[in-house]
Amino acid sequence: MVLKKGALYLLLLALAAFTTFPFLWTLLVSLRTRGPIFSIPPDLSLTGLSAANYLGVWNTLPLPRYVLNSLYIAAMGVGLTLVVCSLAAYPLARMRFPGRNVVFYAIIATLMLPEHIGLIVNFITMMRLRLVDTYASVYLPSVASIFGIFLLRQAYLSIPQELEDAARIDGAGELTIWWRILLPLTVPALATLAIFQFVAFWNSFLWPIIILKTPDKYPLAAGLLYLRGLFAHNTRFIAAGTVIATLPIIVVFLFTQRYFMRGITAGAIR
Amino acid sequence: MPVRLRSTVIAYLFLLPALGLLAVFTFYPVVYGTVLSLFEYDIINPPRYVGGQQFQRLLGDRYFWIAIANSAKYILVVPVIQLGSILLAVLVNRRLRAIGAFRAAYYIPVITSWPVVGIMWTWMYDQQGIVNWILRSLDLISRPISWLSHPTIALYAVMFVTMWKGLGWYMVIYLAGLQSIPTEYEEAAMLDGASRSAVFWRITVPLLRPYVLLASLISTMAAVKVFEEIYVMTRGGPFFSTYTMFMYIFDEAFQELNMGYAAALAVVLAAVILVFSVVNFRVFRSGGLEWY
Repeated sequence: MVLKKGALYLLLLALAAFTTFPFLWTLLVSLRTRGPIFSIPPDLSLTGLSAANYLGVWNTLPLPRYVLNSLYIAAMGVGLTLVVCSLAAYPLARMRFPGRNVVFYAIIATLMLPEHIGLIVNFITMMRLRLVDTYASVYLPSVASIFGIFLLRQAYLSIPQELEDAARIDGAGELTIWWRILLPLTVPALATLAIFQFVAFWNSFLWPIIILKTPDKYPLAAGLLYLRGLFAHNTRFIAAGTVIATLPIIVVFLFTQRYFMRGITAGAIR
Repeated sequence: MPVRLRSTVIAYLFLLPALGLLAVFTFYPVVYGTVLSLFEYDIINPPRYVGGQQFQRLLGDRYFWIAIANSAKYILVVPVIQLGSILLAVLVNRRLRAIGAFRAAYYIPVITSWPVVGIMWTWMYDQQGIVNWILRSLDLISRPISWLSHPTIALYAVMFVTMWKGLGWYMVIYLAGLQSIPTEYEEAAMLDGASRSAVFWRITVPLLRPYVLLASLISTMAAVKVFEEIYVMTRGGPFFSTYTMFMYIFDEAFQELNMGYAAALAVVLAAVILVFSVVNFRVFRSGGLEWY
């Protein structure tokens, strides 16, 4: 029995090594300043560690700029997502009006629409709106999140009707009921959505490199790819940049794991 | 204003921002993109109507067929990911000390950005890199392989990274599936004297079926329109051996500025994906899965 348990843990550990080794190796490379980076066998010793590469990449490359870009885009994107999706989910869950089902199914149907056409046409649209190369063009297309609308609709549906009726008897209007009574009860779902959207915006690179023409406006993920193209030879700097780009997301994830798992199983689409 | 009309107006006011954004950035692209596939458009000059010409050109376009073939080949990754993630889910679906930490470790690649994954795995795949070191230590290869610059290997090397990044996501889906199965079934079977493996194959797997179907379809659609991993590791090379449909669309639209031709390619890809989507939609609506 003990032996069996030991074998099980050994298997779990081996799999964990498989999924995390590239990160650990990158971390090690970023913390060293000398010695061969690639060698067979690899040098995995933990000697001569220093933060020099981090200081170097932070001071000589536009990394702080990329971090600020990412934070700004993520803040605007997440904020607008929460507002837009909350507003849309409320009537879909709790109001009766003609056309409700049509609207609901139209929103579901967008899941079947291929998003790669969106890349082409949204670029043209942004051009016509004169929004190419602006931060707004980066976050605007993803603000009306279908996943968000569903998640919040589910949250509104689970609130007992009595609560709303009581407020209505007291003479509260539609906006007051939503803002004062119902919205506060959807906070856990809002947190889940905020975390998902934050990670999505932080990690996005494809749409930003299409719509932003000035590399100085790139969010971190896109900027990192751009820097790799320019400084391919400086592996240690790029490794440090990679760690800087990844660490915040891993920290956010470790602290909010519960929301992540709930979000996926509650109907994450991608 | 009558009460009914008033509440309808209020409802639509709430919906307005979301519907407006969806109309502009989600619905309109499909309509305009389809129309655009009948035009030649290079952004600088106004669109010129050419009818079905671009679809005809596409049939004789060598790169189109290369891209279609590679996108189709990419579906090979689906059974591997699904089998792997089912086994992973079964493995972590138990009460065990520190099991949460292991689940988290398996999920970390999922939340990592593609540029980071691409950069890291380009290093892993280096001639003198970790992958070659491990395989040589195990005596599986006699000399180092340049994984990402070998025309017959590169596509599979990229697929391996797709699997590495995707396993954790599907694991969570299957974990939810496993936990939705009432333990009574398994307990009852055990009481009747069924063996552990019989319980797994006769009870657990059949009950997991809707999840397997759904996950496989999602995974197939993702494989057909694979792009990010290709872009960050090989950009379609070497010699177009990893050139996929989405990669071709991206190049035509944003490198060559052939928006019309890119739209025609996108319409073809959309048609393929739509078939899978419709199947997907029917499956999860009828499969007893409360997906939303």
